[in-house]
Amino acid sequence: MSITATIRIQESDFDVGQEIAALTTGRTDIGAVVSFSGICRGSENGEPIAALTLEHYPGMAEAEIKRHADEAMSRWPLTGLTVIHRVGRITPGENIVVVLAASRHRQAAFQAAEFLMDYLKANAPFWKCEESRKGTSWIEARDHDDAAAARWTKS
Amino acid sequence: MKVKYFAWVRERIGVSEESVEPPASVRTVADLIGWLSGRGETYAYAFEKPKVIRAAIDHTHVKPDAPISGAREIAFFPPMTGG
Repeated sequence: MSITATIRIQESDFDVGQEIAALTTGRTDIGAVVSFSGICRGSENGEPIAALTLEHYPGMAEAEIKRHADEAMSRWPLTGLTVIHRVGRITPGENIVVVLAASRHRQAAFQAAEFLMDYLKANAPFWKCEESRKGTSWIEARDHDDAAAARWTKS
Repeated sequence: MKVKYFAWVRERIGVSEESVEPPASVRTVADLIGWLSGRGETYAYAFEKPKVIRAAIDHTHVKPDAPISGAREIAFFPPMTGG
């Protein structure tokens, strides 16, 4: 059975509950939905943050998410998949990203959601710029994000 | 070919995209970084640590030794911080 992933990059906020309902309503082949939400924190290293501004590479960002969504669907028996990533200015408490992975059983859904987030962190062309009292600064990539993505290629 | 810059690479260079016509001796992504670095102070600043710079050819991630012949669009950017 082949499914089509829902992939959106948008400035506007989204409602995770509505997105889960959109994925599952009318379906009887879904026994598990794992939802991961990335949310803008209000502080970093004890310093308050006013907002994050997310920049992306239009065209490539969609292509990279689709590439990893296809990989997830080929590795696990998923019955639904949604990835939404916001761009533009995002204030603390707001959503940044959501991954919804649906399957008949929980294990595939948990693993696919974690795989997708690890890969998106390391490979999807998005960049966060942080606004604080000191001004604006680009957030530096963390080595452990690359390591988190790499562990999926070992087995 | 079209060259695009993102995040602090874009800010340092001061433009988000431009068309360039490098000489035939510029064969790889690393060659192109070296050639662009010679175009002025802003470029030299953006590419001062070439090992940090990531590149994509026609929306696909590539390594510094990737050939650029036939590329329509090459992008340079810092390590990604989405998600």
